Amino acid sequence: MKILVAVKRVIDYNVQIRVKEDGSGVHTDNVKMSTNPPDDNAVEESVKLKESGKVKEVVAISIGEDKAQETIRKALAVGADKGIHVKTDSYVEPLGIAKILKKIVEKEKPDMVFLGKQAIDDDCNQTGQMLAAMLNWPQATFTSKVNLKDKSVEIIREIDEGLETIEVNLPAVVSCDLRLNEPRFASLPNIMKAKKKPMEQINAKDLGLDLTNRIQQIKVEEPPKRKAGIKVANVAELVSKLKNEAKVL
Amino acid sequence: MSVLLIAEHDNSKLKPFTLNAITAASKIDGDVHVLVAGANCENVTKEVASVSLVKKVLWCDSPNYQNYLPENLAPLVTKTAEKYDHIVASANTFGKNFMPRVAAALDISQVSDIIKVSSPDTFIRPIYAGNAFATVKSNDKKKCVTIRPTSFDPAEKNGGSAQVEKIEAVDVPNTSKFIKREETKSERPELGTARIVVSGGRGLESGENFKLITDIADKLNAAVGASRAAVDAGYISNDHQVGQTGKVVVPDLYIAVGISGAIQHLAGMKESKIIVAINKDGEAPIFSVADYGLEADLFKALPEFLAELNKLNTIQK
Repeated sequence: MKILVAVKRVIDYNVQIRVKEDGSGVHTDNVKMSTNPPDDNAVEESVKLKESGKVKEVVAISIGEDKAQETIRKALAVGADKGIHVKTDSYVEPLGIAKILKKIVEKEKPDMVFLGKQAIDDDCNQTGQMLAAMLNWPQATFTSKVNLKDKSVEIIREIDEGLETIEVNLPAVVSCDLRLNEPRFASLPNIMKAKKKPMEQINAKDLGLDLTNRIQQIKVEEPPKRKAGIKVANVAELVSKLKNEAKVL
Repeated sequence: MSVLLIAEHDNSKLKPFTLNAITAASKIDGDVHVLVAGANCENVTKEVASVSLVKKVLWCDSPNYQNYLPENLAPLVTKTAEKYDHIVASANTFGKNFMPRVAAALDISQVSDIIKVSSPDTFIRPIYAGNAFATVKSNDKKKCVTIRPTSFDPAEKNGGSAQVEKIEAVDVPNTSKFIKREETKSERPELGTARIVVSGGRGLESGENFKLITDIADKLNAAVGASRAAVDAGYISNDHQVGQTGKVVVPDLYIAVGISGAIQHLAGMKESKIIVAINKDGEAPIFSVADYGLEADLFKALPEFLAELNKLNTIQK
């Protein structure tokens, strides 16, 4: 079996983002970037399935500017076999990303596509489901456990009410939740080795797709700030404030 | 033209967030039609028909929709969407699961998780875990929109008498199978809609110690929340997680105990009306959003807090 795993380069989850004064977006210059956290889980699960012998090949793909290759190299360093970088210097919406991934799926013919459930920059939570719909494949979103069988995969999903178990036929798209596994760190020798692994480069423009964005970003602004609160000295004062001042008890 | 809203339910009862989504839909256009797809879900159609903001109910009854598998549900929504300008659902694990499939089938760029309707084509949505708000305009002819339920008030449940129209089921691909759902049963209010939420973090140090949190929650008739760290450490199940990748809550009172306040946790609770933080680390970021901060050892403070609450006689049930 073969897995295509999609990874996105985003502002690191520990960075406090800053909104640009002109309302055009957020500052990204000199800001630490890393792999979108649930995409790390997607890579880890793919590599684990390869180690179990059920999967023969793991191909990592990222779409974006040249630096997206760093994100692919990281996936290669923890065990992916080959990278594909689809270059585009402009922002592409999830709909366009799904169209690009579909093209690559048609070429690479994986049995499963793994990706994170959501990117922590635009918080859209769309790409996996859109890709599955475009391919007419079933999907498993918010995945926290994977049990791969011969022609299907049994999935436990995290839903609002608790957990749900489903079984989907292969090929399928699997979007990964953070509790699926514990992503490993790449060792230095593996980072060196990853530099020699193959990386295919494709220009998004050459795919013959209409990637025009349909959503116009009018402005980006800071959310309203909470006014600074106070520190209370003890529990009695806290309860008194909640009762008499905030009137919530 | 009208708005098509997809109802969330368990085949016998409507899920409360659908009412919040109805309010949001009515701000896009007054002509709100609600699709109830399920198996033996007639009761749900009656419930929806009595919501005064709802103008029409579309009822599709088939075993194929019993567990709202997205592979089955999305083709029905896509077909029904032909007559509508907007297709709307809640941005919870129900709506997030199927709506992008509908959008892709219709070649629409979905607008996810909106918190405000500025006009029928312009919406405000949080990005970067709510650290920025983006105003976006959809240039698609038809629009697929998911709604953050806690940003809209629930619609009035009565006063309406919408017409119920039966519609035909469509073919399903038979590529997915529902096996089981393990719902966490609780006597407490639901996390998403509770008036008070008491949340614990890694500071609790163990699952057993969460009893300190649940005791307070029971006293206050509150829901129990948790940080991702507490869930990852196995102290409590994932459906309690509050944050960017968990639930977003907007209670009247949010009490964060032993939670440092990582960006991703703040994303899920900082719109709460009153925030209380109890933490022994006075520098913890949670204090920057707290109305009332108590720098204290939670293992001492929580029993004291419970004792003080027991002295009050004004707590709402």
